[in-house]
Amino acid sequence: MFMMGCGNNGNKTQEKAGALGSNAAEKVYVAPGEHDEFYAFLSGGYSGNVTVYGLPSGRMLKEIPVFSQFPTSGYGYSEETKPMLNTSHGFIPWDDSHHPDISQTNGELDGRFIFINGNNTPRIAKIDLSVFETTEIIEIPNSAGNHSSSFVTENTEYVVAGTRFSVPVPQVDMPINEYKGKFKGALSFISVDPEHGHMDLKFQIIMPGFNYDLSHPGRGNSHGWFFFSTYNTEEASTLLEVNASQNDKDFIAAINWKKIEEYVNNGGGKKMPANYAHNVYDESTHNATSTMKKEVLVVDPTEVPGAVYLLPTPKSPHGCDVSPDGEYIIGSGKLSADLTVHSFTNMLKAIEDKKFDGEAYGIPIMNYDDVVAGVVKSGGLGPLHTEFDAKGNAYTTFFISSEVVKWKLGTWEVIDRKPTYYSVGHLMVPGGNSRKPFGKYLIAMNKITKDRYLPTGPELEHSVQLYDISGEKMELLSDFPSHGEPHYAAGCPADLLKPKSKKFYKMEENKHPYAIKAPQDAKVVREGSNVHIYMSTIRSHFTPDNIEGIKVGDNVYFHITNHEQDFDVPHGFAMIGANTSEILVMPGQTKTITWQPKQVGVWPFYCTDFCSALHQEMQGYIRVSPQNSDIKLSWSLDGE
Amino acid sequence: MKKHKILMMVGSLLLLLLFAFPLWNITLEAPQYPTPLGMDIYINKFEDMHPHDIKNINLMNHYVGMKYIPETIPEFKIFPVVIAVMVILGVFIGLKANYKWYLIWFILMLVLGIAGMYDFYLWEYNYGHDLDPKAIMKFTNPDGSIMGFQPPLFGSKDILNFKAHSYPRLGAYGMFFGMFLTFIAYLLGKKEAKKVKSN
Repeated sequence: MFMMGCGNNGNKTQEKAGALGSNAAEKVYVAPGEHDEFYAFLSGGYSGNVTVYGLPSGRMLKEIPVFSQFPTSGYGYSEETKPMLNTSHGFIPWDDSHHPDISQTNGELDGRFIFINGNNTPRIAKIDLSVFETTEIIEIPNSAGNHSSSFVTENTEYVVAGTRFSVPVPQVDMPINEYKGKFKGALSFISVDPEHGHMDLKFQIIMPGFNYDLSHPGRGNSHGWFFFSTYNTEEASTLLEVNASQNDKDFIAAINWKKIEEYVNNGGGKKMPANYAHNVYDESTHNATSTMKKEVLVVDPTEVPGAVYLLPTPKSPHGCDVSPDGEYIIGSGKLSADLTVHSFTNMLKAIEDKKFDGEAYGIPIMNYDDVVAGVVKSGGLGPLHTEFDAKGNAYTTFFISSEVVKWKLGTWEVIDRKPTYYSVGHLMVPGGNSRKPFGKYLIAMNKITKDRYLPTGPELEHSVQLYDISGEKMELLSDFPSHGEPHYAAGCPADLLKPKSKKFYKMEENKHPYAIKAPQDAKVVREGSNVHIYMSTIRSHFTPDNIEGIKVGDNVYFHITNHEQDFDVPHGFAMIGANTSEILVMPGQTKTITWQPKQVGVWPFYCTDFCSALHQEMQGYIRVSPQNSDIKLSWSLDGE
Repeated sequence: MKKHKILMMVGSLLLLLLFAFPLWNITLEAPQYPTPLGMDIYINKFEDMHPHDIKNINLMNHYVGMKYIPETIPEFKIFPVVIAVMVILGVFIGLKANYKWYLIWFILMLVLGIAGMYDFYLWEYNYGHDLDPKAIMKFTNPDGSIMGFQPPLFGSKDILNFKAHSYPRLGAYGMFFGMFLTFIAYLLGKKEAKKVKSN
């Protein structure tokens, strides 16, 4: 009960009176035809997706499937997108998506890509913000519970993937109680091609077997460093609730990735056999390919002196957030009441003076007192995550006491606190993980909804709360539900996305191997028991629409090319009895779905996306004959 | 060189703008097209205002049985020749001929222009009235006659859910201004001739 957060009721009535007395409704109103000022990308947690919300309206604008099959569009069902979900364990149509982060240039959001981690089967995905579609997924070997991920460096040089669970590296059949000293934690640095955004696992740092919880990049002076919070520095392997909570202090690991990059570029590190999938969606062929990579470069941190340090931080720190100027690293002990703020300058000074307090597996441990810049005595319970505004203020969520606390960087004084409903996890200020936060709004993502909507029991969509943080005091503006269990979010001004937005795919650029360039090229081709239907859609008909000569036991491939070239005119395609999903084909795109007819008869297909006044007429039939039938393939073209 | 001769030549040379800029434009506005659909008409081609506009106009128009806007029409062969001849003729007249020829050139151009507009009207009429009898949607006027979908020759007009705009573009303005200059050239030439006489 304690952990679920109580004691809200007193505050709640107060808050309501406050909100009623203000013009909160006006502040979240976005008039018809106008755009929201900010776009927020919320991780969907166990839904495996990302949802796009407008701020301040709180309207959900799109659901982007990332690690999940998504029948709405056919993602993960269509032949083209199935390879996106390939892993070394085979096809995995689900994951637990946690921390989205928008690409940066010079420490500021550039609106090109969003990266997000798959927590369960370690993966990092890239979403292209010109189309709001997942275009790349890379699996992370030697890793498990990819949690301290996926944050980007100042120029998107790297996306990181830190393992929450340490595991044997390489994997081996061994007793679990020999965990201590034998299990390892891999911190992966995935380089991002500046031009195309293509990801490549450049190196992995093989760290001691702690649990790596969250991370953030340095910026400004601390650019070139990455900070990871850890728990279970006890290296316990049973009943972690107790056994991983024994040490008074765990660590924030400070990694000088530039130093390691240099070491690697000079031939350092060791190539190690691995097996992981790299899945890339090509926007011109409209096809994803999955390549299995067989090798990974691993780095032993003790072989790169001066690259890794451990900063003691009380107690089981969760959040690990870096201030916009890169000076402060905020560690929130989720079992502590206080926030510990480390100073990057102090850390460098202590390193220079070689002032250490021992080592762990050869990695120097700093003196707590040498690196701490200050402590925020908040009186809240269970601090988790911190974001920033542009005026030198920080905002921290407190899970147990269910609140957001505003405090000042440098003086560490608490300025304001507001309740959340209920049990808040992450919070997000657009640009909060960059040099330039847009400190107008803050959203708090709650783990529990309770009575914010009709108190319909076992599970409600979780609740997000929007605060106006432009003034000295925070003001709660609205609630809106989110999908799945949102963990972190990333947000940016809509104006950053608008110039890059793609309205449709150009037909002349469609290089899909089964695309047809015009409806008159439609055809049906039999290759043994495989039948390929090259089909065109345009308002409001399929070409061809009636097909005969299909037999029970055939493998029918519908290759649908949408010949529209207009803003937002997808056509859908659904076949009765197909053991997949529909597909939604965007203008200029080709998608393929399969069907294995099992029963003779005449079976209809139709368009699933309302496309015009004659949408209902957009349909056709397939005649299915017995396997031994000699009915020739035939089809009708545009009424002929 | 005399001012009226220069004006005559510049005036006729302005017709050359027609080779680079559109003559006319038809734009269709409707709520479901946040960016309106539009077509620029040159002396030798139709062109999309935004990529794929003509394709989208065709797609939309087929519901009421209108024909697809053709890739090319015979006029696209004739118009450039006519304009080229008129430019050469105009420059030649400016250089060599008596001011009275300016007026003849002007009247000839006016006649050709009117003929061109009339041809455009016929084309629009045919495009808007020669409907496929199997059209998906059939609309009738209040008097029971079959509704046409002819865009306006000049100006703006409501056609079902669309507002159609039909206006000249830079090429046409160049031509109008050029013709105006040749007429001024004629008046100047005439004035000068009078002066010479009275002297």
